[in-house]
Amino acid sequence: MKRDVLYFAWVRERIGVGRETVESDAHTAADLIAELTQRSDQHAAAFADITALRVAYDQELTTLDATLGDTREVAFFPPMTGG
Amino acid sequence: MDIRVQAAPFDPGAILTEFTARQTAAGAVVSFTGLTRDLDGTLTALEIEHYPGMTETALRSIAQEALNRWNLSDILVLHRYGAIAPQAPIMMVATASPHRKAAFEAADFLMDYLKSRAPFWKKERTASGATWVAATDADEAALNAWKS
Repeated sequence: MKRDVLYFAWVRERIGVGRETVESDAHTAADLIAELTQRSDQHAAAFADITALRVAYDQELTTLDATLGDTREVAFFPPMTGG
Repeated sequence: MDIRVQAAPFDPGAILTEFTARQTAAGAVVSFTGLTRDLDGTLTALEIEHYPGMTETALRSIAQEALNRWNLSDILVLHRYGAIAPQAPIMMVATASPHRKAAFEAADFLMDYLKSRAPFWKKERTASGATWVAATDADEAALNAWKS
């Protein structure tokens, strides 16, 4: 299925775009990362250390091993620094 | 509940006056205002990126959690994004409650959650370049303390 993948902060800078649409039947965000890593060296660099990443499915925080199901929007970003 | 996500600068005094004036069942109002640090004069701007859509939802859900935990009559959360000048207000929380202790605790809780659970990312810009601010273990420890 088609999914929108969003990137923020240094993940966005490393990949070079803030959003892309991918065709993927990945089961989890971790599986999706494995597919995205094949796209370019920039993707591979951004996803080199997945322990540094956080993920949201349809704008809700979750974990990389959570089942994607019918999630339309997946966002990857570093730990948040609000406040 | 009053949740605002904005690029525009704000006047913390004016916001607090307005928040206080509209309370009808409170005996205490507590507010916190966060300012950009100037990094010993080297900061030219703090840039805040956020996740439009998720930001508002996350702030609302954090505020709702505070309403569930404490006896509060009102909450305000305001957070800026975009380029912010040194020593300018970045964000503000205000809580109103019949009693002081709940207002203080809830404001502290909101701050701890905003730091690590609201989708904002800070970048410090100085004459020598720009650096993303890293989250710290202390931020996560502060959250865990609320879980006990």
